[in-house]
Amino acid sequence: MQNKKSLFEYVLRLGDSCLILSQRLGEWCGHGPILEEDIALTNFALDLLGHARFWLSYAAELEGVGRDEDQLAFLRDSGEFRNLLLVEQENGDFAETIARQFYFDTWHLAMLEKLRGSNDEKVRAIAEKAAKEVRYHLQRSTDWVVRLGDGTAESKRRMQSAIDLLWTYTGEMLEMDAIDQEMLDCGIGVDLSVIREGWMEHVGKVFDEATLTTPAATWMQRGGKQGIHTERLGYILSEMQTMQRSYPGLEW
Amino acid sequence: MVIQDTATEMEIWEWLKEVPDPEIPVLSIVDLGIVRGVQCAAQRGVTKIIITPTYSGCPAMVVIGEEIRSTMKRHGIEDLVLETALSPAWTTDWMSEAAKERLRAYGVAPPSRLVNIVGLSTEVTAGSIDSEGLVECPQCGSARTEMVSRYGSTACKALYKCKSCLEPFDAFKSH
Repeated sequence: MQNKKSLFEYVLRLGDSCLILSQRLGEWCGHGPILEEDIALTNFALDLLGHARFWLSYAAELEGVGRDEDQLAFLRDSGEFRNLLLVEQENGDFAETIARQFYFDTWHLAMLEKLRGSNDEKVRAIAEKAAKEVRYHLQRSTDWVVRLGDGTAESKRRMQSAIDLLWTYTGEMLEMDAIDQEMLDCGIGVDLSVIREGWMEHVGKVFDEATLTTPAATWMQRGGKQGIHTERLGYILSEMQTMQRSYPGLEW
Repeated sequence: MVIQDTATEMEIWEWLKEVPDPEIPVLSIVDLGIVRGVQCAAQRGVTKIIITPTYSGCPAMVVIGEEIRSTMKRHGIEDLVLETALSPAWTTDWMSEAAKERLRAYGVAPPSRLVNIVGLSTEVTAGSIDSEGLVECPQCGSARTEMVSRYGSTACKALYKCKSCLEPFDAFKSH
C-alpha cells in the first residue's frame, strides 16, 4: 500500500500523544489534591496507556521491521516522537493539569468520533473502544474547568492563567499537514478543520459557563507532529525509558 | 486426559467458565463477556480463543491470558491461539442476570442497562453524564445512594455510599 508509511506516521502520532500524556498523569500518582482525584488521574493514565498500546502495536505492525510496541515506546529518542507539544507540558498546579487535559480531551473525543468512521478497520476498532472511555475524560475535565473557573477568586485566577499559558500549544492539533491531508484523502483520517470547529465551540461554551475569558488568538507553537519538541520531552523520556535503556530487554 | 481433537466448542466454553476474573473472583471471564469466541481444533487444526479487554488499560488482561492457557492445558489443550478483538467494544450489557446477582451478593452493586450513555457525541456539558441509572445498595437494598467518586479500586468500578445503612460500597460502572 502506497500510504502505509504515512499511516504508520498517523497512527504513531495518536499513540505517542496517548503515551506521553499517560506518563505525565502518572506523575500525579500519590500527589493528587484529594484521594478521589489521585485515583481519577491515574485511572485516566491507565486508559491512555491502553490506547497507546493499541496504537503503537498497530504502528509497529505497519512499519514491519520487527519492532514492537515496547521498542517504539522505550527505545526511540525525542526526535522520533510524534506527540503533540501540549501533552509534554509540565503538570504545573492542578489547574494547569486540568487545562491541558481539557484541551486534549476535547480534541481527542472529537477525533475518535470521526475515526470510528475511518475506512481502516483497525483504526475504526481502536477508535470505537477508546471513545467510550474518553467521553468520561472529557466529562471530568469539563466539570473541573467550570468548578475552578466559577469557583473562588483564587481558583478562578489559577484556571484563567492555566488556559492562557497552554493556549499556544493548541494550534497544531487543529491544523492539517501533508500527512493529515493524505490520510483524509484516502478515507482513513480526519478533516481537522471540522475538528477545529467543534473544538472551538465546546471550549468557548465551557469557558463561558466557567466565567473564564477565552484566550485571544496568538502565535501557535507547532512541531510535535513532525518530531520537533520542547525540551520537556527529553526529561519525560529519560525517566520513562531508564529501565529499558539500563537493562535492555528487562521484563517484570 | 482429554485429547485435544475431541474437545468441542461447548466443552471449551464450559472450561472457560472455570477462569475467574482476577479482580472480581465471583465472576468468570465468560460472565463478564470477556470471551468473545471459541474455535475448536476440529475446525481449524488449532484451538483459538478470542477475548476482548473490558477497559483499554485493564492490567488484568495479562493474568487472564495466562489463566486461560493454564486452564486449557489442564484439559489437554496445549496448542492454543489467544486473539484479542477490540470491536465490538466491550459493554456491561453483556453481563448475564445471574452474574449480576452474584456480584450483588459479593457486595458490589451490579451495572444497570445502558440507557443514556450509548449515544456518543462531543455534546458534553458540565455534569451531563452523572446519572448512570439507579444504583441500589448491595448491603441493604436501599436506592438512597450517592456516588462518592466515579473512580474506584479498579477501572470498572465506582465508589458509592448508602444514605440508608451508611455503608460505603463499590458499584460496577455501566459502560
